Amino acid sequence: MPLSAWSARSQWQPGAPGLRSLTVTAGEWRAVMEDVRAAGGRLVALWASREDRLDTVRAAALAGTQGLIVSLPLEGLGESYAGLEDLFPAATRMQRAVRDLSGVSCTDPDARPWLRHAAWPESYRPLVDTSLPPNVAAPLDRYQFIRVEGVGVHEIAVGPVHAGTIEPGHFRLSVVGEKLLKLEERLGYVHKGIEQRFTQLPILEAHALAARISGDSAVAYSWAYAQALEGMAGTEVPTRAAWLRALCLELERLANHLGDLGALGNDAGFAFGLTQFLRLKELLLRATQSSLGVRYLMDAIVPGGTSCDVDAIGSGRLGECVRGLARETAALRVIYEEHNGLRDRFSGAGTVTPELAARLGLTGLAGRASGQAFDLRSDMPCAPYTELPLVKCSRREGDVAARVAVRFDEVQESCRLIEEILTRLPPGPHLGPVDLPPVGMVGAGLIEGWRGPVFVALEAGEAGTIRRCHPHDPSWQNWPVLEHAVIDNIVPDFPLINKSFNLSYSGHDL
Amino acid sequence: MLKTLRQIAIIGIATEPPPKPDDGLSVREALQERIRTLLGRALCIRHVDAGSCNGCELEIHALNNPFYNLEGLGIRFVASPRHADLLLVTGPVSKHMEAALLRTYEATPAPKLVVALGDCGCTGGVFGESYASRGRVSNVIPVDVAVPGCPPTPTRILQGILTALGHSSGRKAPNPPSAHAGGTELLPG
Repeated sequence: MPLSAWSARSQWQPGAPGLRSLTVTAGEWRAVMEDVRAAGGRLVALWASREDRLDTVRAAALAGTQGLIVSLPLEGLGESYAGLEDLFPAATRMQRAVRDLSGVSCTDPDARPWLRHAAWPESYRPLVDTSLPPNVAAPLDRYQFIRVEGVGVHEIAVGPVHAGTIEPGHFRLSVVGEKLLKLEERLGYVHKGIEQRFTQLPILEAHALAARISGDSAVAYSWAYAQALEGMAGTEVPTRAAWLRALCLELERLANHLGDLGALGNDAGFAFGLTQFLRLKELLLRATQSSLGVRYLMDAIVPGGTSCDVDAIGSGRLGECVRGLARETAALRVIYEEHNGLRDRFSGAGTVTPELAARLGLTGLAGRASGQAFDLRSDMPCAPYTELPLVKCSRREGDVAARVAVRFDEVQESCRLIEEILTRLPPGPHLGPVDLPPVGMVGAGLIEGWRGPVFVALEAGEAGTIRRCHPHDPSWQNWPVLEHAVIDNIVPDFPLINKSFNLSYSGHDL
Repeated sequence: MLKTLRQIAIIGIATEPPPKPDDGLSVREALQERIRTLLGRALCIRHVDAGSCNGCELEIHALNNPFYNLEGLGIRFVASPRHADLLLVTGPVSKHMEAALLRTYEATPAPKLVVALGDCGCTGGVFGESYASRGRVSNVIPVDVAVPGCPPTPTRILQGILTALGHSSGRKAPNPPSAHAGGTELLPG
């Protein structure tokens, strides 16, 4: 059955443009996802929610310029659903997380917990049970890593507390000599109960929590949250607010890319690069502070518009700053590209071929470096990207060098977009009123953050509460691909390859 | 290589002079003096993310940029808690990080200073306490100084470190400088 047949049965989905929703039976659940896969589609998120004591499993998928949210209501308590890992390998960990948090299991074989370590017992379902979990005696659990055996094989265990200023997670490296045979990730260390916390907050105020799911993507998350809420409430955001949101999103992309380009140089032994790019990033943060009032835009996007505005003087400062950044980054790019040491370390390291990337569902910036030329800003644009033509940046080599190159390209593109936004910024208010959404409605937000598509599914509860909110980070898709990217590389290249993906722990662990 | 040298020459030195006296506290000079008196060598910091959203980490990174030039002040980040004088802890402490944070604290030699960073480190922030979160850092390990902000600016972080050094002279006896002139780890005081 072609995907269009399912689309014909589907309904309009409030929130991000181009989304449809479809309710299916247990028999159709696999069929529709097989058709999504056959159409070259990608799995965005998989989660469960509960209404009237029954669970519904939901999956969000993208195919071409359309998105589909498939809902499967389970008929009885304790009923399991058909797993999707053979169609979408990224589904495995999402399914394990659904079991840990909602207590709904699937038919796929990997039944190890994922986000649950030892803080709560298997019998406690954080998103279903209202009471506190019983006290757990053991502070640590025994996770079953997959052992690699053979002559000379040994394991290197790293983390959760890492050597640098990065987030916590555990990496189990199986090596022979300096060659990496296998990497197995263990995440969930910074799981802090975000999804349960959402249900305790008023729906009109929870954008503050959304912005803190992954601090480096605060704009993307708070925009996706606002999009879901405004879609349900039927809010028309003032035109100026939409343009200001895009300004914030590009500033966030730019700041992260500059930081990463410096860190990548540093990880390859080129400290000059770190110093230069950290200087550029600081210049950008200071220009942001002087024009928008803050260095980091944690609370810039609010339901109904933005909390900040930019005046003529601020706009001038910001424009001057990004022109300088574009020029200086271009000069530094030449230095990076001519540097033999960097070329040697970047080229061919951590390669993910376009075929593998498509098979595993590599997404966002890393996906674009492996021939997966998807970018929501041009594929499924929301305002103001509908009026802002964009050059999609993509490579096919799929190695560290390609991920560096895509960042360099996107820095230039974001600088250009910021200048264009500042020039064309329409007049008017930057904030409008928002009504409470209808009880029980589901809204969905989808924004191309700097790392990739950020998705938020929001269900309205009674009297301005949240019944369920599921935020999804593109890192869910890309963490498993990192395990493939490092195979046959040498141990000293692992930090470099890891950095070239720069995935979120907090956004993943929730 | 020529382009690299040229770039270095063009940019020059970006490091800023210390804030003016009317800024309240002259952070840079005061900090440097304090570190010299107390430790007689570089202050070594171990950062621990105990559950942060990674926002605070962005500003910790900024401390190393040429404007703030942390190493120029005699402060550096180290890879092991066994080399650290001070733990810089971010986030509400997630229950899954509680054991790791406690072990890191135990591995840190005296003076074992702790600075809790950000609104979450100070109060638990927007995440609070739950089945998965222990809330503020002082719920798990003793904290000397708590620096609010979401995220706190690099200058605020520097001030927090300075305040912690001030505390340490009263609360915990530092080792004489001669005991660690070689730059090795501090012995338990």
